[in-house]
Amino acid sequence: MSAAQQRPGGTHLMIFAAALLLLVVCGALLAPAFSSWGIEDMDWDAMEAPPSASHWFGTDQVGRDLFVRTMAGGRVSLGVALIAITVSLCIGVPWGMLAGYIGGRTDQVMMRIVDALYSLPLILIVILLVVVFGRNPYLLFLALGALFWLDIARIVRGETLRVRHAAFIEAARGMGASTPELLRRHVLPNVLGPVVVYATLALPGVILAESFISFLGLGIQEPSTSWGVLVADGTQVMESSPWMLIFPGLCLGVTVWSCNTIGDRLRDRLDRRDNPNFI
Amino acid sequence: MTAYLGSRALYTLLTFFVVVTVVFALLRAAPGGPFDGERRLPPEIEANLQAAYGLDQPLTTQYLRYWGNLLTGDLGPSFKQKDFTVGELIAAGLPISLGLGLSALVLALMLGMGIGITAGLRPGSNLDQGLMAVTNLNLALPTIIAAPLMVLIFSVGLAWFPAGGSGSARHFVLPAVALALPYVAAIARLMRGSIASARLEPHVRTARAKGLSEARVVWRHMLPIAATPLISFLGPAAAGLLTGSVVVEQIFDLPGIGRYFVQGALNRDYTLVMGVVIVYAGAILTFNLLVDLAYGALDPRMRLRS
Repeated sequence: MSAAQQRPGGTHLMIFAAALLLLVVCGALLAPAFSSWGIEDMDWDAMEAPPSASHWFGTDQVGRDLFVRTMAGGRVSLGVALIAITVSLCIGVPWGMLAGYIGGRTDQVMMRIVDALYSLPLILIVILLVVVFGRNPYLLFLALGALFWLDIARIVRGETLRVRHAAFIEAARGMGASTPELLRRHVLPNVLGPVVVYATLALPGVILAESFISFLGLGIQEPSTSWGVLVADGTQVMESSPWMLIFPGLCLGVTVWSCNTIGDRLRDRLDRRDNPNFI
Repeated sequence: MTAYLGSRALYTLLTFFVVVTVVFALLRAAPGGPFDGERRLPPEIEANLQAAYGLDQPLTTQYLRYWGNLLTGDLGPSFKQKDFTVGELIAAGLPISLGLGLSALVLALMLGMGIGITAGLRPGSNLDQGLMAVTNLNLALPTIIAAPLMVLIFSVGLAWFPAGGSGSARHFVLPAVALALPYVAAIARLMRGSIASARLEPHVRTARAKGLSEARVVWRHMLPIAATPLISFLGPAAAGLLTGSVVVEQIFDLPGIGRYFVQGALNRDYTLVMGVVIVYAGAILTFNLLVDLAYGALDPRMRLRS
């Protein structure tokens, strides 16, 4: 029995998760453009109003439509996460490939650095960066990317170790390929599959990290918004208008759950211990 | 074993050294001085202030002095709360944060291991699938949503626990549960996986064949091998718990160091933020060292390797 079959639900659940994720992504991309309300528009007749036909998610204290704001916030949250993942891939993939390929002492030192960073409260250091250099969204992308490259580096190193002594690598070396070319043309394509899967699994982590920082008031700032900001606002008024906490929270939760579910299933399929037919 | 311990201790010290240096460098790289406010200070007063905090000295002197002070437990004055030193603020908050973190860790371990063992002993069963589905949902419910929801249900709705503050033990129930929840899920998943594979080990089959009770087989023969991945997870978990306690303290209005950290970050109190990061890093590194020692003691192979 493979791990994929052990998971509750299996393929159906994965399709369901993918559909949910697609729904949220489409909503985030399209809703702000097609809704009759703008992100900043105030409805003077519906201040802090519960969900209704004209305001699907209700409105906030100044009468702004929460559906549009949640979708626009999702655009920011998802965008930040994608950029941060790209940054972490740009650091983690070369780092892991070099450590795995060179091996020996270099590998040890490089992975010790990863281990040491892994054990630190990195998100607090990200906050320290934000405090020191001001609240700059680009800094946030970089800092979050710098937070998540560690896992990527570990995975890539493991995969590189696996293919390092493969016959086709020996053959390429025998034909006189240089190390950079070898890494780029022969190692990289072979480690990419697992990297994509782990990027899917890292995505919810980044989304949560951004919402964590924004929730504390240290990330995304007004007038721009994100799920973390909306949840923080909702927490303030949850007793009188719980919809302000529930809808943004639901979107955040659904996205994280979908990414986790899809990532887990993809990882099970890649797991060679359970799947002798892989490669 | 001694060599192993020595190298781990050395790495810990080295990491701490790097953390302090990076934090110090960041602080000095910050644009604008700590005294830049709404109102421009007259130059002579600013010079006096700079001298009072030692900011007119060369960087190397400042750096060495920071280390000297740090080693005597002095983290410097708070730049924004003028009547307090960072050390005093942290000393006031530390017992609360430590108590919160430790109770959350114990709770997460007990619940997580219970769920993980129950599910791992019957992989594929309905019970396992149900438990894992709940765990996955739990993982998708971040603390920033779970904690307010808990306040809404258990404080506002049912009025079982106070919504905030730190007067009694009852005040710590909701925060500890909120902080523990994501780690319950993570530990349960980890435990399920290692129990599910420990179940198939030959020595476990032998123990069963000898007619040992199920409880004894699990406790004596599966747990020791299943616990090793859990122990190595404790290091990152401790880091995560401390970070999480920043949000939990904020939501439940607990005066721990996490609150000081956020306050300091919001009003750019450099020394306070820096002090909290260093205390957190020190605590986590010490904890990791202890975890490594436990790992060495539990796994005989680690004693030979160095």
